[in-house]
Amino acid sequence: MDVLGHYNYWISIALMMAGFYLVIARANLMKKLVGLNVFQTAVFLLYISIGKVSGGTAPIAKEGFTLYSNPLPSVLILTAIVVSVSMTAVALAIIVRIREAYGTVEEDEILEQDEA
Amino acid sequence: MITAHLPALQVVIPLLSAPVCAVLGRGVFAWVVTMVVAWVAFFIAAALLFEVVTNGPVSYEMGGWAAPWGIEYRIDRLNGPVLVIVAAIGALVTPCLRYNIARELAPEQQPLFYAAFLLALTGLLGITITGDAFNLYVFLEIASLASYTLVALGKTRRALPAAFQYLVLGTIGATFMLIGIGLLYMMTGTLNMVDLAERLPAVHELRMTRAAFAFIVVGAGLKLALFPLHLWMPNAYTYAPSVVSAFLAGTATKVGIYMLARFVFTVFGADFSFNIMPLGELLMIFALAGILVGSLVAIFQTNMKRMLAYSSVAQIGYMALGMSFANVNGLVATLVHMFNHAAMKGTLFLVLACVAYRIGASNLKAMRGLGRRMPFTMAAFVAAGFSLVGLPLTVGFVSKWYLLVAAIESGRWPVAVLVLVGSLLAFVYIWRVIEVAYFREPHPDAPEVIREAPLALLIPTLVLASATIYFGIDTDLTVGVARVAALTLLGGYQ
Repeated sequence: MDVLGHYNYWISIALMMAGFYLVIARANLMKKLVGLNVFQTAVFLLYISIGKVSGGTAPIAKEGFTLYSNPLPSVLILTAIVVSVSMTAVALAIIVRIREAYGTVEEDEILEQDEA
Repeated sequence: MITAHLPALQVVIPLLSAPVCAVLGRGVFAWVVTMVVAWVAFFIAAALLFEVVTNGPVSYEMGGWAAPWGIEYRIDRLNGPVLVIVAAIGALVTPCLRYNIARELAPEQQPLFYAAFLLALTGLLGITITGDAFNLYVFLEIASLASYTLVALGKTRRALPAAFQYLVLGTIGATFMLIGIGLLYMMTGTLNMVDLAERLPAVHELRMTRAAFAFIVVGAGLKLALFPLHLWMPNAYTYAPSVVSAFLAGTATKVGIYMLARFVFTVFGADFSFNIMPLGELLMIFALAGILVGSLVAIFQTNMKRMLAYSSVAQIGYMALGMSFANVNGLVATLVHMFNHAAMKGTLFLVLACVAYRIGASNLKAMRGLGRRMPFTMAAFVAAGFSLVGLPLTVGFVSKWYLLVAAIESGRWPVAVLVLVGSLLAFVYIWRVIEVAYFREPHPDAPEVIREAPLALLIPTLVLASATIYFGIDTDLTVGVARVAALTLLGGYQ
């Protein structure tokens, strides 16, 4: 199996796991959100890299070029990026409200206050 | 002809009405718009189902672009009924919104609430109606983002961490779906579900297809709160506004089950999912664990909304269990239970909304002596509660019956026994409430005069409650529709 040739997958997987780890391991809600964004970005990279055709140019119609990369994954990811930005906006709004209501954005301190 | 565009209108009308609601200055206007739109969506869904039942699947090319390049909306015998369930619950809860929202939210927030509600409805209808895998992901995120907002609008501050937890787990689930759909595109070069179903058998043996399957099943599992991926649900349902809990419990998890069934049976095919991949065994183990753990935890809750949320974990277990048999009776149980659970959980959460409206709390203590003071509300609770247990003459009995038949057909006696144990546990937690409501004196601190809930809250509750009885006695319609859908699923796409 060609391990190095699939380097785009390895990068995606490493980023994905790093983001996932942040989401699970950090108690700070902001850091969780950063992790979530890294996680999603890794998936975007995966999508865009599978659209690449070796030797192909950018998908712009011009005489003399017949081989070009698949533009569809990039288009899909444009939509997914919009989704991700909206998700970040909603999450930030909720974090601001949490900070107003609890005075902290640390998950363990919020839990402590709720149990008290 | 306008009727030719009904599939598009089903999604476009609520989508475009959402910003209209947001700019309307007053909550009352936004509420009227929301109610009209939700009922229009219901009639469109009913018309589409009628069309599907009489003339077969409806296919609609969005923007005139032919499938598989364009986005296809496809209504067949599986998603037609699901559309009707989602739209019916959406339409029935809208009259209740006015009272609860006017009390729980500031006036300037109310139009925005209705906008978020319509967006959630759009997303859920969109997931159900679309025949394009990536379009499904987009609608999934529309529905999810709107539901996070709705949950965050709960009365207490604890709604906020609950909404954040829901957001984190929901986003992970949706991103898993995105990875899975991306891998499918990579293998086949198409996103159209019919097209995918045709091209996937050629690549069944490849590891990439299996990875895609795993990502999609786990992602959908997170969305539908399949045990042990249910952690977001108890908090979200407990702290969300009561009517929102009723809406989400009746629709969001059903759409999740639909999504899973669509991918497992239509896109990947039953042969791949159950013979090449061990989905049957996995679903069965998690479903049974969910039934037992969810019911047991529900018994010890004093907050009624939290009790119902854990009971939902168990009920989702029943739906997943039916799917795990991969035979006709099992799928009939799953599909009938989707409808039944939407009706009974919708009723139960609306009852809590009525109680919260009059008493301002929804814990066990608040229910003391309510049987005499709010007789109609509590009668609805009894009907839906017994249905949850699965007593004969209620809808719950019908789905349990088909589950037992499916379990015995496939020779799994222990599963049948565990289903009955789950029913007993459900009886325990429902009976606790009934005992407190009917056989205890009212709480000394309770207000002297508690009147029946206002009609706008009461009528939808009673309509849903009578549905749990009516369809328990006259089973032809629900079981007939479910059987045709189950046969369609097992025979592949038609």
